Amino acid sequence: MKRETPVNVVVAGLGGQGVLTCSDLLADAAFRTGLDVKKAEIHGMSQRGGSVSCDVRFGAAVLSPMVPDGEADFLVVLEATQEAPNRHVLKPDGLLLSVTQLDTAALPSPKTLNTAMLGMLSRHVPEIPEASWQSALDAAFPEKIRAMNHAAFETGKNSVKIH
Amino acid sequence: MESKSVLVNGDEAVAMAALDTGVRLGCGYPGTPSTEILETFSALGGRAQWAPNEKVALEVALGAAFGCGRALATMKHVGLNVAADPLFTAAYTGCSGALVIAVADDPGMASSQNEQDSRRYAAAAGVPMLEPADSQQAYDFMAEAVALSEKFGTPVLLRLTTRVCHSKTPVLRRAFPPPPPAAFAPDIPTRVMIPAYARPAHRRLRQRLAEILAWNEQSALTIRYGESGELGLIANGISVMHAREAAPQAAVLQVGMTYPLPVETLRAFAASVRRCVVVEEGDPVIADACRAAGIAVESAPEMFRYGELNVGKVRRILAGDTTPEPARPPGKPPQLCLGCPHRLVFEALRDENCLVTGDIGCYTLGVLAPFEAMHTCVCMGAAFGVGLGLRHVLPPAEARRVVSVIGDSTFMHSGLTGLLDMAYNPPESGHVVVVLDNGTTAMTGLQEHPGTGRLLDGTPARQILPEDLARAMGIERVTVLDMDTKGSGFRAALRADLDSGQLCMIVARRPCILSLRKQRKTEEAKKEGAGQ
Repeated sequence: MKRETPVNVVVAGLGGQGVLTCSDLLADAAFRTGLDVKKAEIHGMSQRGGSVSCDVRFGAAVLSPMVPDGEADFLVVLEATQEAPNRHVLKPDGLLLSVTQLDTAALPSPKTLNTAMLGMLSRHVPEIPEASWQSALDAAFPEKIRAMNHAAFETGKNSVKIH
Repeated sequence: MESKSVLVNGDEAVAMAALDTGVRLGCGYPGTPSTEILETFSALGGRAQWAPNEKVALEVALGAAFGCGRALATMKHVGLNVAADPLFTAAYTGCSGALVIAVADDPGMASSQNEQDSRRYAAAAGVPMLEPADSQQAYDFMAEAVALSEKFGTPVLLRLTTRVCHSKTPVLRRAFPPPPPAAFAPDIPTRVMIPAYARPAHRRLRQRLAEILAWNEQSALTIRYGESGELGLIANGISVMHAREAAPQAAVLQVGMTYPLPVETLRAFAASVRRCVVVEEGDPVIADACRAAGIAVESAPEMFRYGELNVGKVRRILAGDTTPEPARPPGKPPQLCLGCPHRLVFEALRDENCLVTGDIGCYTLGVLAPFEAMHTCVCMGAAFGVGLGLRHVLPPAEARRVVSVIGDSTFMHSGLTGLLDMAYNPPESGHVVVVLDNGTTAMTGLQEHPGTGRLLDGTPARQILPEDLARAMGIERVTVLDMDTKGSGFRAALRADLDSGQLCMIVARRPCILSLRKQRKTEEAKKEGAGQ
């Protein structure tokens, strides 16, 4: 059944972890699926190693680019310390996907953490088909690191470690 | 032209519209959240250049527009303060080719020193202002701004805010007729603002604004969403999106051109609903104008004037809920990167117990622990003036502790005139200025400036160095240090300068490592492009 309200995702982490890339990929995958998409982010001061978060919303129609507090379906956290500062965005029945649920040792490179977390999210987002994820990954990375990121996405998708 | 939509942010959308409407020249100074406009314009093939500061950027753009060339000047809200001088008189002179000034406000101050509302400038200078709500409108309104500028012969302000600049939403581009050829037709009474010519120019400006107002009362830039006769919301910019989401049952009137405000259209809208509320971020500009015109509207309580609006806040405004916002758990504050050469400077300033007048950039983070070695920070270039002022009035023992600290890009932007004052009105105790030269405009995302030796797109350019300028102005002690990991004797140099009682500049030089990485990537991309 088609949802009336958009799917709301907040991606949070620290500057330099790839939060922006991760949310860009998600927005692009939704866009390639033909959904309306909006993505909000904050630049500047926040990039110097501080907390960073991005909002991605997709569905039939999206108005505000920002996920209202308490309305996120998913909170994707790339750094464990960033769970607490961002929990308030989640719906009561929203899903927290944390780096602590990922076997980071299985990643091809620590730099692919963001792609792996996206893989983990992909299992819970039936609105975006596999082909859209794959083409978004293809478009996002230069050839040199493309295969590595596809592998990390798969690792995340298949991660079953329970929090 | 593209027939499929693309997912881009508001800055990128403005750049696309600039390219598609034939803008010949884009000038600006980097400033979050406006920076990506010119970077994208350049990447798309437009002619874009970083000016030393916003005043120069606007003047260069104005010159282009005097010559019938379509021009775009970009800046953040505080940059418009720097460019205010040409802005006010450009409203008198008008222009032949389009002149669009894209100004990006930062409500909530994600990366700014204040949250001033640029809408006040439109009214103060008498320049029409358009406010898009998403990337498609950023594209459409930029194109409309070009057309309006030429139709009425006036500069046009395109006001963006952080959430429009840095939100990605779909954009469909389209084709426009080609721009007119560049040419300059001398018209002395219109372009030379001596009092005799400026007096009639002011009258022409008011006449032009009356014509623009009449146009705006009929304009398609005012958009009504929903037909409710019960609740009506008047909104501008990003607030339109929050309002439509927060009150799906309401009628929402988007004011696309917020100056001159289409007051009669607002009056008719307010009369068409039982309850009318103005939803605007920042200052109560529309609400005050409505009330002055005798239109009965509600507006947000004062507490919502601070920071950004969002859907939750709009719901609260409509519900009359003025209970304090729940405090958000603190995130991790930003910090100077580990290994950043600025760290050594701030450690020394702290240990030497200096009284530091600081400036705008990454290095403003020197104010935070573990350094806490910055005591003032006001605006671009103020490190000089504020430091000199303190030196002039403090008792000698205190005055000798004062050090001005400024980054390389900020020095080029607004430090030159401060340096001139230091040379011209030297304090009795002398003065010490430290230029933190990391070879880039780091805070805004690693942009070039006249001191880097590269143009906006990375091609080599003439390099202007702070130490050469200081020597040319007769500054007595000029020291250039390579800030390797040991600090290269920065402490010793600082101590010696503080004791000298002379005018001193220390250039603490070490390229930002992030900047070097960016340059490497740019070069690799160029090689890859050349190889294909």
